Amino acid sequence: MEAIRTRIELAGQGRSSTAGDREAVFEARDVSVFYGDQRAIDRVNIDIYQRLITAIIGPSGCGKSTFIRTLNRMTDLVPSARLTGELRYRGIDLYGPRVDAVEVRRRIGMVFQKPNPFPKSIYDNVAYGLRILGMKKDLDERVEKALRSAALWDEVKDRLKDSALGLSGGQQQRLCIARAIAVEPEVVLLDEPASALDPIATSAIEDLMHELKRDYTLVIVTHNMQQAARVADMTAFFGLEVSPDGNRQGVLVEYDETEKIFTNPSDKRTEGYVTGRFG
Amino acid sequence: MTEPAFSLRTSGRLRRRQLVSRMMGALAFGAALLAVAVLAIVVISVANRGASALSLDFFTKNQAQGFNPSGGGILFAIVGTGVIVGIATLIALPLGVLVAIYISELAPPRLARVARLALDITNGIPTIVIGIFVFTLIVAAHGQSALAGSLALAIIMVPLIARATEEVLLLVPSAQREASLALGVSRWRTTFSVIVPSAMGGVLTGTTLAIARAAGETAPLLFLTSLGASSYADANPLHPLQSMTFAIFIYAEQADPAFQAKAWATAFTLMCFVLVTSLAAKLAMARYRKKLEG
Repeated sequence: MEAIRTRIELAGQGRSSTAGDREAVFEARDVSVFYGDQRAIDRVNIDIYQRLITAIIGPSGCGKSTFIRTLNRMTDLVPSARLTGELRYRGIDLYGPRVDAVEVRRRIGMVFQKPNPFPKSIYDNVAYGLRILGMKKDLDERVEKALRSAALWDEVKDRLKDSALGLSGGQQQRLCIARAIAVEPEVVLLDEPASALDPIATSAIEDLMHELKRDYTLVIVTHNMQQAARVADMTAFFGLEVSPDGNRQGVLVEYDETEKIFTNPSDKRTEGYVTGRFG
Repeated sequence: MTEPAFSLRTSGRLRRRQLVSRMMGALAFGAALLAVAVLAIVVISVANRGASALSLDFFTKNQAQGFNPSGGGILFAIVGTGVIVGIATLIALPLGVLVAIYISELAPPRLARVARLALDITNGIPTIVIGIFVFTLIVAAHGQSALAGSLALAIIMVPLIARATEEVLLLVPSAQREASLALGVSRWRTTFSVIVPSAMGGVLTGTTLAIARAAGETAPLLFLTSLGASSYADANPLHPLQSMTFAIFIYAEQADPAFQAKAWATAFTLMCFVLVTSLAAKLAMARYRKKLEG
C-alpha cells in the first residue's frame, strides 16, 4: 500500500488540476447495455472530463470494454447489443435518432487491445483515414505530425514505405495511436492498449498518454492497476455483481480522483480490489 | 543396482499399434502418390499423342479448309476460347465478388445461409442444363453467338468466385474492420478499402479456378456458339466463335489419325493454358503477399 501511495504522489506531481473545474465531455445517466437478454452493465452514471485521462479498472467480465465501446458506438457492431439510459457527448444524445455512428467515430477515436495495423505501408496506415475523410491537403505533413505525436517518427521516418506489419508490437500500437489521432478526433478511447506489450513498450505508451493529454480527452480501460495509478487523473472502478434474478452484470462501484481511489477509497469493494485482496 | 520392475521396450500391444500406424501412413502416402500419378499419366499421354501435330503452324494458323488434315492450326479456336472466357470473366468477377461481400459483410445470417445454399446448388447444376437455359433465353431468338456462350460460362463461374471470395472475406480479422470503422469510415468504404484488399488472394484463387473450369467447358458451348461457328478467322463476340474444347470434340470424331493427333494437341494446349493461368495467379499472389507483409 505504501509503495502504491508513493507512486501516486509522483504521478500526481504537476497535475494541472482536478476534475472540479473541468467540462464534462461524456455524461452517462443510468446507462445499461444488454446483449440479447443478458444485461452486461447496469445503470452506470459517470461524467468524463475534458483533457483528463480517465481510467476504467475492474475485474474481468465487469463490462469495462462494453462501457468504453458505448462511448463511440462500437457496440452497434454487435447486432444483439442494446443500450438504455442516456449517454450524452458534449450535450448531444449519442444514441439519439439523428446521430450518425460514422460521424461519432470520426470525432471519438479508438485504440484496441491488440495492435491492428492494416496490411499496408506505415505511411498508408496513417494516411488511410485522412484520405477517406477528405483531409488530403498537406498529407505528408499531417502524417508526420501524427507520427511525431505518437512518438514514432524518429523510428520510422526512413522506412515509411515499408509494411506496418514489420514493426514490433509496441511500435505497431503507437502506429495505431498515430492513425487514430491523424484524423484529429476530440477524444481517444484506449481499450487495454498495453496489455499485449512488454514493459518497455508499455512505458512508452504511458509516456505518450501524458503527452496526448494536452490536446485530447483520453479514456483508458486497463486491468493493470499500477498503470491506472501511473497515468490516470480520474479512475472508475467497475465491479461484478449478481442481480436478484441471477444475472451477472457490471456496475460502477466508485468513481473519483485516482489518488483517492488508490489511497482512500470509500467503498469496501474498491479497497479490496486495489489492495489486491480479491479480483 | 536392481533391475526396474518395468520395461520401456516395445511389446505386444504397442507393436500392433505401431504396425497399424505405419500401415495408415503408407495408405495415405499411396493415395497421394496415386493422385499425382494420374495427373502425370494424363499430361504425358496427352503430350505424347499430340506431339506429332504440334508445330508453329498449329498455333499461328486457322484450321485447314476442305479435307486436308495435314495443314492448318487452331489459332481461332484459341482466340474464340479467349474471347468467350474473357467476356465471361468480365461478367462473373465483379458479380461474384459483390455477392460474396453481401453474404459475408451485409446479409442477415439467415439470408446469408440461403444465398450460400443457392450458390452451391447453382454450382452443382449440370452445365448442359445451364446451356439449355441460355439457349432458350437468347439463342432461340437471336441465334448463336460467343456472347451467349459467355453468359452460360458466367453463370457457371459466379458461384465458384463468390464462394471462394466469401471464404477468405470471413478470414479477414475483425480487428481490421474495427480499426477502420473506429476512424469514422463508413461500412462500404471499410469493405472496399480494407476487407477486399486483404482478401485479394482468395478472389484471385477463386477466379483462376473459375477460369480454368470455364475454359474446359464443352457442353454449353456446343449449341450456344461453336456448332454454328464458321471455320474462318473470326473474333467478333456477336458471332458464333470456335473454341478449343469444341475443336477437340470435332477432331476426335474424325477417322483420319492426323485429325485425332490434332485433338490431342489441342487438349495439350488447353491443359497448358490452365496450368499457366494457375501458376500466374500463384505468382501474382506471392508477390502481393510479399508487398503486404514487407
